[in-house]
Amino acid sequence: MADTKIKRSIDKSSALSFTTPTKVDLEKRNFLITATACTGAIGAVAVAVPFVGSMLPSERAKAAGAPVEVDISKVQQGTIMTAEWRGKPVWIISRTPEQTSELSKHNDQLSDPNSDVSSQQPTYCKNLHRSIKENISVVVGICTHLGCSPTTKMQAGGDMGDSWSGGFFCPCHGSKFDLAGRVFKGSPAPTNLVVPPHQYLNDTTLLIGEDAKAGGLNHG
Amino acid sequence: MANKIVETKGIMGWIDARFPLTSNIKNHLTEYYAPKNFNFWYFFGSLAMLVLVLQIVTGIFLTMHYKPDAAQAFASVEYIMRDVFGGNIIRYMHSTGASMFFIVVYLHMFRGVIYGSYRNPRELIWLFGVAIFLCLMGEAFFGYLLPWGQMSYWGAQVIVNLFSAIPFIGPDISEWLRGDYLISDATLNRFFAFHVIALPMVLLGLVAAHLIALHEVGSNNPDGVEIKEKKDKKTGIPLDGIPFHPYYTVKDLVGVVVFLIVFAAIICFAPEMGGYFLEANNFIPADSLKTPAHIAPVWYFTPYYSILRAVPPVMNSQFPGVAAMGLSVMAFALLPWLDRSPVKSIRYRGSLYKRWLAAFVVSFFVLGYLGTVPTTVWGQLGEWSKDIVDTRDCATWVARIFTFIYFAFFILMPWYTSKDKTLPVPERVTY
Amino acid sequence: MKKLIISLVFLPLVAFANEAAIGVTAPIDAADYASLQRGARTFINNCLNCHSANYMRYSRLKDIGLTEKQIKDNLLFAGEKVGDTMTTSMNPKDAKKWFGVAPPDLSVEVRARGFDWVYAYLRGFYRDETSTTGWGNCVFDPQTCKVGMPHVLYELQGEQVLNHETHELELVKPGKLTPSEYNAFVGDLTNYMAFMAEPAKQQRKHIGIWALLFLGVLLVLTIKLKKAYWRDIK
Repeated sequence: MADTKIKRSIDKSSALSFTTPTKVDLEKRNFLITATACTGAIGAVAVAVPFVGSMLPSERAKAAGAPVEVDISKVQQGTIMTAEWRGKPVWIISRTPEQTSELSKHNDQLSDPNSDVSSQQPTYCKNLHRSIKENISVVVGICTHLGCSPTTKMQAGGDMGDSWSGGFFCPCHGSKFDLAGRVFKGSPAPTNLVVPPHQYLNDTTLLIGEDAKAGGLNHG
Repeated sequence: MANKIVETKGIMGWIDARFPLTSNIKNHLTEYYAPKNFNFWYFFGSLAMLVLVLQIVTGIFLTMHYKPDAAQAFASVEYIMRDVFGGNIIRYMHSTGASMFFIVVYLHMFRGVIYGSYRNPRELIWLFGVAIFLCLMGEAFFGYLLPWGQMSYWGAQVIVNLFSAIPFIGPDISEWLRGDYLISDATLNRFFAFHVIALPMVLLGLVAAHLIALHEVGSNNPDGVEIKEKKDKKTGIPLDGIPFHPYYTVKDLVGVVVFLIVFAAIICFAPEMGGYFLEANNFIPADSLKTPAHIAPVWYFTPYYSILRAVPPVMNSQFPGVAAMGLSVMAFALLPWLDRSPVKSIRYRGSLYKRWLAAFVVSFFVLGYLGTVPTTVWGQLGEWSKDIVDTRDCATWVARIFTFIYFAFFILMPWYTSKDKTLPVPERVTY
Repeated sequence: MKKLIISLVFLPLVAFANEAAIGVTAPIDAADYASLQRGARTFINNCLNCHSANYMRYSRLKDIGLTEKQIKDNLLFAGEKVGDTMTTSMNPKDAKKWFGVAPPDLSVEVRARGFDWVYAYLRGFYRDETSTTGWGNCVFDPQTCKVGMPHVLYELQGEQVLNHETHELELVKPGKLTPSEYNAFVGDLTNYMAFMAEPAKQQRKHIGIWALLFLGVLLVLTIKLKKAYWRDIK
């Protein structure tokens, strides 16, 4: 079949079929091994890309986690509205001007009054009220301690004690946050509530999940 | 290859005191002596291993996204193809890998046939190999249902119904296999279990057994000469043997790259392979009320499928056809005992054997082709035949002739191999 | 012997060519974004009323040169999002009542039927008063020429009738488009449906070229490596 050319063995010697390579041979081999191994490694990395990448969020997950538009025209001052983004509650906290002015008065009781921990909010929200608009804060309603969702305690005083000026209380381990989502000292939660990337498409429409692009609509 | 005492230091020393790492490397790689005269036919063993690994790895990643649920299976495959990053590449690797597995394994088996690799003392290696082949057919069959397209569905329907042809208990067996009165969600779920857990484990075990048996007796070669009969007196190394590593590892690497070129070309430019690797009808979701106009199994099953169709029913029972199909696959297992030739390799066989082998190869291809097309493909016999034959489809008659040749190759083998005029076999391999 | 084997290997390929006896060739050009975009618009405006393309996301239209804003402004209705799949508002149960069968999902129709078939089908409707919809189509079912779908685009194509002697379609009432304009119109639609059936097709071909170039280099290296070692063997 394929073996039309048959070379008859005439070597009847009793020597082994393989010999020890010379020094020159070895150098050439080492070079070729390195070259083949390096090229092969590049190929292996390239092949790994689809496999590793396949475990990232898929287009379906991305579509489900896409930015959400929220109509905030109906939120009353002094109340909050909850939107869902990526399966998490996002609070749109509408403060009265009084509540906003209260924010500056208890800095000494807070762990991070100036929002210095940069991972907790976009740079455009690193200000006293941690928001784009002075009276409206947008925060992810998940306690930074162990992931419970804190209860709303918007009104001052009440069962939270007389010094309470409005905020949030986590029922799991008692962390307390003010109306800008800043954590009070002595809470188990280490950091302020997360401010998600967001932007205002117009005065009453909020887009949660996407920063305003440069030159875009940023009412900052 | 008894374990040798090895002296190692450092980390290897620590391991070797607890696990026979160095001695295993020596026994199976650096001091496993393979004949030096392997030709390209000897690439397909290592390539089969490569495809096995590829199928397992791509399979694991597909399992992360696939849903074995009749309501979601089809959609989840399209989800993989579109929404999962790299999902189309992984899926095509797996679907192409299935066909490539059979191509590589068929060539590997053919190598064994032409060089007599199944002969004494390698009968068990061959039997493990046949078991691997059967297991692979099971893997392919169970896996083919998973995309839940029309061909998946009706292919499974036809094959499961074959069991109904078994006398008396057949219908109950079919129902038990399906877990329902038709191919349904229950069937899909259990086929998934067989495809991703049960058979892969059996397959891995059989591959290990295949290799252990091979390394016990040593490799055959294109001359069919036992290299262990001529050893170096001092070292005991076969004179025609060379260490598997590095010589055959670097050689197999060339084969691997050539294979990958073919593999990548198919995946990237022709993943459907003209309807042979991925069938058009399988892009229509399974529908239990509508049979496609033409159902054929995937190409690697078609020779046996042709035999099934060619054998006429006896007393209204399909059983003879089913039995013939089973025998056509199982016949390979008998080769070590059917072959009575004094030589192993085709190089030293006479023309009688070569003609029979050629006839077998031709019938395998013709049956394979006929299995992909309707029996009406070559028209009908003339009017004269109306009352004397059970079917007038020419293709069926051609299939019957080649089915006959297919089985004659096996049944007559003891006769023609012992009668064949062979050439003298050299003492040493030719290189 | 070798020749025989080779011819046997290629024999099956010849057989498959027979099945493509449709007679027309669809103008498929995956690089013609303008055609694909026109086809996408036609598909969304006409086909999606009854058919779905449940596996196709609108966002995928970015692959044929549309921006997210263009998709949103021109192709999305009824509050869909760019990431949504192309669903239909028609209830499958109603559809089954009206047409006898639920209109199939069209995401992978081209892969099931072939683009030439889809192209021929879209051109193949003719007036048939005996059928329930008033239309026949011999591409759909060469035996009976019956089809469940009415000719949605008849205003554009006009009315054809089947000449029972020549078995050819003749245009008896012209539509808004000339025959060649109509062919281009459904050609764009077919082109789009071919893209939709496998959006990543171009990408895999692109990857393929690089993969083969890379493997070519690797092949040279491994052959040299093999030769360097096998000098030892005598």
